[in-house]
Amino acid sequence: MSLESLIPALVVLPILGFAVTALIGRRLDKQAHWIPVLTIFAVWVIAMALVVDVLSGTAPLLPGSEESHGYAVTWFTWIPAGAFHVDVGFVVDSLTACLLIVVTTIGLLVHVYSIGYMSHDAGYWRFFAYLNLFMFSMLLLVLASNFLVVFVAWELVGLCSYLLIGFWYRKRSAALAAKKAFIVNRVGDIGFALGIMLIFVSLGTLDIREVIERIGELDGTTIMVISLLIFAGAMGKSAQFPLHVWLPDAMEGPTPVSALIHAATMVNAGIYLIARSNPIFAHAPSALVVVAAVGIFTAILAASIAMTQTDIKRVLAYSTLSQLGYMFAAFGVGAWTAAIFHLMTHGFFKGLLFLGSGSVIHAVHEEQDMRNMGGLSSKIKITYWTMLIGSLAISGIPPLAAFFSKDEILGEAYKFGFLWVWAVGFVVAGMTAFYMFRLMGLTFWGTFRGPKAIWDKIHESSPVMTIPLIVLAIPTLFLGAYLGLPLGASRIAEWLEPVFAEGLHVLHTEAEPSYELFGLDGVLILASVTIAAVGMVIGWRLFGVGIGPIRMPSRPERVRELSARVPFLYRASLNKWWFDDLNHVLFIVIGGRIAAAFWWFDREVVDGTVNAVGASTVDAGRGLRQVQTGRVQNYALGIAIGLIVMAGSYLLLAR
Amino acid sequence: MSGSLDAYLILAGLLFAIGSFGFLARRNAISMLMSIELMLNAVNLSIVAFGAFGTDAAMAAQGSVVALMVIAVAAAEATVGLAIVIAIYRNKRTPLVDEYDAMSQ
Repeated sequence: MSLESLIPALVVLPILGFAVTALIGRRLDKQAHWIPVLTIFAVWVIAMALVVDVLSGTAPLLPGSEESHGYAVTWFTWIPAGAFHVDVGFVVDSLTACLLIVVTTIGLLVHVYSIGYMSHDAGYWRFFAYLNLFMFSMLLLVLASNFLVVFVAWELVGLCSYLLIGFWYRKRSAALAAKKAFIVNRVGDIGFALGIMLIFVSLGTLDIREVIERIGELDGTTIMVISLLIFAGAMGKSAQFPLHVWLPDAMEGPTPVSALIHAATMVNAGIYLIARSNPIFAHAPSALVVVAAVGIFTAILAASIAMTQTDIKRVLAYSTLSQLGYMFAAFGVGAWTAAIFHLMTHGFFKGLLFLGSGSVIHAVHEEQDMRNMGGLSSKIKITYWTMLIGSLAISGIPPLAAFFSKDEILGEAYKFGFLWVWAVGFVVAGMTAFYMFRLMGLTFWGTFRGPKAIWDKIHESSPVMTIPLIVLAIPTLFLGAYLGLPLGASRIAEWLEPVFAEGLHVLHTEAEPSYELFGLDGVLILASVTIAAVGMVIGWRLFGVGIGPIRMPSRPERVRELSARVPFLYRASLNKWWFDDLNHVLFIVIGGRIAAAFWWFDREVVDGTVNAVGASTVDAGRGLRQVQTGRVQNYALGIAIGLIVMAGSYLLLAR
Repeated sequence: MSGSLDAYLILAGLLFAIGSFGFLARRNAISMLMSIELMLNAVNLSIVAFGAFGTDAAMAAQGSVVALMVIAVAAAEATVGLAIVIAIYRNKRTPLVDEYDAMSQ
């Protein structure tokens, strides 16, 4: 059996796993994880075989391409409606391969982790069924060769996100968060749907490769509108400003879900979509500037909020927003490889951090408030060390993962002339290090601030939860170096070259400046490492530290003093820049009034007219009924009078 | 043939008026049928009179033929009408037409 024929299995297996678990899962009870986990393991094996095959270049060339290796299979024709023809097919090129690594690996680890994390939950089988459905949707999303199929998968991952955020649907906040996520995503999806329609109207096809090949035929305005509409969809799914409000609330879901969907995979769908349609964006440089601006603004906005949040998962959620902002900014400035690079490294270290936070929450008995934690490093060692690795990685400390990817983003932003993107990103790098070490300080160092009864019972999670943490720590440590070296001609750039080359050729007319480690690039690297170190040290000074010989107590009075010095900024950060309140006023209060006015108009004027016509017919009928007495003589009288009137008028008028 | 056409026509008009009044005013179904006969015969009378006073001799015969036909049809109609009245009477146990109000329900 050839590798090519196994590609449909990547989506068929998870959906089968979902169907079987959904049908008989209740009876399997605490054994319900076997089918989903083994399914995803099989998917992972197939995916890895494909990835190695595609990325090493042993796969055949894609049809119609001179350098892009991969597979393209058409599975079946979905809609054969004359000119509107939609095939369900799969394309595995190097971009999809990169996504496959992240999706299947983290998916598998999260499945394993959930066996431990969800073990006490009544909805155990339901959870695994949903996870498999999500894997199906996400794999379909990255594999699909047609915009319409991508859209279907896009909606499916949204559905899974809804189901899993609202997994504990009896909890009101979870149900509301699920609804919020779904509705906010719909706003973006409208943009994506309109973009797809515009593509079909102007090009007459929805096949991604065909669209990309022929996009140059369109005029500039159309391309820009298409790009902005697609970006609107990406903004919704990847939670970019102003559609970012759903992601922090999505943390109401179980932690493995937060790790898998709301940190490592689904939120990357926006980046993937833009990367997949990169030649479209290449023809619309002004749309790219919008992408960069929205991305970098989200990055600093979310980082500023993350600095004061007290819920451990919310800090990570805002951190996710901020990192996604980096990716969009990278895409906007034309550093496309760096965006995908950061997507991959971020997937792993953020997945690690989220699973670690789940382990912490589990240890302190479902407590999420960091003010009731502290000093956990001595009790839960594996969680502590893996999370420390994750924190160092996200802060950009060499040689961990984000050092390479984030530096590539910042460096390219600087070199492509987007100084403002670089400057904001530079500040955000410092803020990232600060809030991550605030999180570490509050959680792991210092003294425990919760009840004593809980402290005595804190213990490390079971191996089924710690092993995924350890496994994720490995790519967090080495993936950056593996993909990012040698500097300037990195492995990932070589992989993604065939996907991006054409678009980049359109975008950058002048040649890319060469890489100088002992020149500009070196200075930029030094600068960003310095700011990360500064942020880290400030975090240590304020919130304490306790790694080996480096020990410092936390200084809460200094924190209070500093936050009192910038009361506005502090309150703004604490209240998430009042975006939820703004949305409340705009859409619930004002929007509600407008809706009420429309409702009144509909009820009184539109319905009123229809009802009035109906009522007058009934009334007229009721009135005319009086004529119908049922007495023969009344009718006869009517006939007689009628006759007299007719004869009389004949006599009078016809003369 | 004495007198004038007017006398016959006045008699016919009176007969018709009595018939139509009877049809509209009487409550008894049998009386109403009888009133119908009155009206028909008033019309017969006028037709025969028109024929007799006509200038054309053939017209007198034609008028009589028409009158005969009306009598025949009226007989048939009376038969049917009576049959209906009897059927209703058996059902409703009354000959009074204002009790026949099934159509108003």
